[in-house]
Amino acid sequence: MMHKAKKNSYNAIPIGTRIRGKWHHHQYVVHKRLGMGAIGAVYLCSMNGRKVALKVSEKNTSITIEVNVLKALQKVQGNQLGPSLYDVDDWVAKDGRTYSFYVMEYIKGEPLDRFIRRNGTNWIGPFLLQLLNDLEGLHLAGWVFGDLKIDNLLIYPKPPRVRLIDVGGTTQQGRAIKEYTEFYDRGYWQLGSRKAEPSYDLFAVVMIFIHLFYPNRFEKQGESLPLLRRKLSAIRALEPYQTCFDKALRGVYKTSAEMKEDVIYIVARQHQTRSSMHKTLPFWKRTTPVEYISTSLITGSAYGIAYLLTL
Amino acid sequence: MEKGTLRQILLITDGCSNRGGDPVPVAALAYEQGITVNVIGIMEQHESEETSGLQEVENIAASGGGISQLVYPASLSQTVQMVTKQAMTQTIQGFVNKELEAILGKEESLESVDPEKRGEIMEVVEDMGETCKLEVLLLIDTSASMYHKLATVKEALIDLSISLNARVGENEFSMYQFPGKRSDIESIMKWSPNLDGMYDTFPKLASGGITPTGPALQEAIYQFGKQNLVRSMKRSDAQSEEEFL
Ligand SMILES: Nc1ncnc2c1ncn2[C@@H]1O[C@H](COP(=O)(O)OP(=O)(O)O)[C@@H](O)[C@H]1O
Repeated sequence: MMHKAKKNSYNAIPIGTRIRGKWHHHQYVVHKRLGMGAIGAVYLCSMNGRKVALKVSEKNTSITIEVNVLKALQKVQGNQLGPSLYDVDDWVAKDGRTYSFYVMEYIKGEPLDRFIRRNGTNWIGPFLLQLLNDLEGLHLAGWVFGDLKIDNLLIYPKPPRVRLIDVGGTTQQGRAIKEYTEFYDRGYWQLGSRKAEPSYDLFAVVMIFIHLFYPNRFEKQGESLPLLRRKLSAIRALEPYQTCFDKALRGVYKTSAEMKEDVIYIVARQHQTRSSMHKTLPFWKRTTPVEYISTSLITGSAYGIAYLLTL
Repeated sequence: MEKGTLRQILLITDGCSNRGGDPVPVAALAYEQGITVNVIGIMEQHESEETSGLQEVENIAASGGGISQLVYPASLSQTVQMVTKQAMTQTIQGFVNKELEAILGKEESLESVDPEKRGEIMEVVEDMGETCKLEVLLLIDTSASMYHKLATVKEALIDLSISLNARVGENEFSMYQFPGKRSDIESIMKWSPNLDGMYDTFPKLASGGITPTGPALQEAIYQFGKQNLVRSMKRSDAQSEEEFL
């Protein structure tokens, strides 16, 4: 009995299943499962030859709350914040149970950690700026992302661009953060409240980049600020951002724009020192394969920044 | 949900009651008086949900209209705040469903309205959850087996305080332990807007082998009643003062 119930439930929908909405009657064919979360499962589906992502859950209230957030975000002008929302409906499965689902833009992306591992840490600057730009839009519209973490970011490949997914924690400013992950939560580290304000997200931004270099995370132990500072200062790739990240951890930045300003300054200077260093070396010493890759990455990151600034 | 106040008892225990009456009907009594009973059962590392013998936990929460969850100590913090918040949403939703029935007729609930209307309703539910007043009475099992878990419980409660104090609405907490040193239940902290008051008084030591869950719940209901009585007296005091001025 238990086994059967499990098999038919929303988190193991067989490939090829047709999900037909009870209210709007659109039909989606399941291709594969993209992921599982606390709230539901996300499937890659097709609808009239178009690829879409479908999130389904037995918790209809959680689905409804996420849909409300996505709807509110669609109304915000400017950057695309979160995936586009296409449809919301209920599905009566073969087992007779009703599940709620919504259909959104399929973001064919790569996890941030894998992208950085493959392409190098020079991408940290561009992604940091992109993230701060998106957060700025979100904050100006009166929201806080909340559950910001590596798992909730995807890197869209061409051109490389961070996209935020999973708005389950996205909260109106001034309220209590709806959903969070301890490692990223300033409340857990006792470095601030769980009130939804821009600085809450900026703290998590720093934790994203710390997490990149401590894949197994680490736990609270004594005073948090000295601990996080120690961890940060041990990461060479983050060295240029030390002061900036420290400010974000302490909640000094009240808006993403303030933090962005510092980051733009840092990446600009970093680029300068790097290119001047290259010029002082004779050519044959400059073009080891490793150097070649890193120069092309600098071009990549410069491209990323240029791309950003045109937004 | 009179006057926009939600009342909850959060029972944290690691065993079954072994003294006094059955806690399950007592929980029903609480629910009948508008107090939801949520229960968190702490398992030992070698136990599983099936073997822990903590079935009572589920039964108490079921008859108390609340939520139950079995956890290992490591995930206590996240669970405590999740259970509290989910129970709030559940209570508000139950209340909203009743309203819906009144408007739309019997058998109508959130599931039977279309997704657009559901979205509007959930917005109201969320607003209420964020802004309502919340009263939580924490009931902590301090029988012998809890001894090495008390520090974790304290940490989880501080965390709960951080979560709830980020809400727009007001909070009131009070805390009791059972068994007490002299009686079945003893106060750790009087009603207060945060949990700071427990820092010094939170028990470090366990107090004996008995687990009088039933009598403790009974007493918790009584304390809720008393607190309301005191408040309504204060209110009428304030009113008469105003009239006097
Ligand atoms: N729009 C999307 N496009 C592509 N993949 C997605 C999309 N939304 C979610 N996913 C994948 O599904 C996983 C789980 O979805 P998520 O919304 O995070 O679930 P939960 O809120 O329950 O944690 C994500 O980690 C991601 O890999």
